[in-house]
Amino acid sequence: MRARRWVLTALAGVAGVAALGLYLAFMVSAQQPEQASAIGHFGGPFTLVDDSGAPVTERTLAGKPYAIYFGYTFCPDVCPTTLLDLSRWIKTLGPDADKLDYVFVTVDPERDTAATMHTYLSSFDKRIRGFTGTPEEIAEIAKEYGVYYKKIPTDDGSYVMDHSAIIYLMGADGKFVTFIRYKEDDASAVAKLRSLAEAVPSS
Amino acid sequence: MRALFKLASISKLVLIVVPFAFAVPAFAQGGGASPIAVEGPWARATPAGARTGAVYMTLANKTSASDRLTAASSDVAAEVQIHEMSVVNGIMKMRQLTDGLAIPAGGSVTLKPGGYHVMLIGLKKPLAAGETFPLTLTFEKAGNISVTVRVKAMGAMQDNKSGGMGKMEMK
Repeated sequence: MRARRWVLTALAGVAGVAALGLYLAFMVSAQQPEQASAIGHFGGPFTLVDDSGAPVTERTLAGKPYAIYFGYTFCPDVCPTTLLDLSRWIKTLGPDADKLDYVFVTVDPERDTAATMHTYLSSFDKRIRGFTGTPEEIAEIAKEYGVYYKKIPTDDGSYVMDHSAIIYLMGADGKFVTFIRYKEDDASAVAKLRSLAEAVPSS
Repeated sequence: MRALFKLASISKLVLIVVPFAFAVPAFAQGGGASPIAVEGPWARATPAGARTGAVYMTLANKTSASDRLTAASSDVAAEVQIHEMSVVNGIMKMRQLTDGLAIPAGGSVTLKPGGYHVMLIGLKKPLAAGETFPLTLTFEKAGNISVTVRVKAMGAMQDNKSGGMGKMEMK
């Protein structure tokens, strides 16, 4: 009986992962028809600035696996929650945490300047870096990562953003490894991050 | 016969009044007579420099007519709106409820992380854990109700589900 329940749970888990995989593949196919066949194609070249104002490109992140998340500082709920979760997982990783880079890319470049991102990120683990750029540069990196984002106007003449709320885990070669869902439980998220870190040979 | 009837109505009265006597001081900051009870209003502490925040609470409609939360205002923010957030297929969506939030007759609606919230826009300063601030809610029928919002740790979920660096606070 217990075994059967376990099998059912496992099947449900597999189905869930498969559904998400299909969904991600669909997202990519919708935005990048030429890459429709593989979800392993997330990532690519970019030119942005980090939260200290220094220029960054995909080469800045090369050679080290990284976790990358797209959000915006105007976000009252999901983004602080995710950054707080990530900060907690970084702490749990201990020394392994330094084998990875952590990046928060804004999808709201009009409001999120490097300085805004820098102040905002001071509330989270210091290892999380903020990347921003021109609206065109942000559109480019979002396209490469299959990130959906959209400006939604509010009646005070301002706007909020709809956006993908998953953390992408990328290998040292810049290739997509896996992702962490919104509000994924701590054990599962830490296991994914640790496995990414352990792929790095200890010096 | 009449005495019996009287006794019955007194005990009925006690049944009705007693729970309220306990409930009112604990929750209904809008005052005992309010048709809408605003239960445990709280907000999350905000990151440095954040210009938005969210307030959560349970709105219980004590009347037999449906009501609607149509607006809100607070000294701490330039603008206050009522929003609904959802995460569907990995995409976070946020919508302003321009028609307000319905509270069914005799029912209640809970505003919580990941769902409905009163969004503070243009925060004058970050919300720090342990602070309190005033919030006025405007209902279609119940009118204005002023409450005091408690600021909890940044990771607070209220349902105590997802940690928050050990600073979890229960209501």
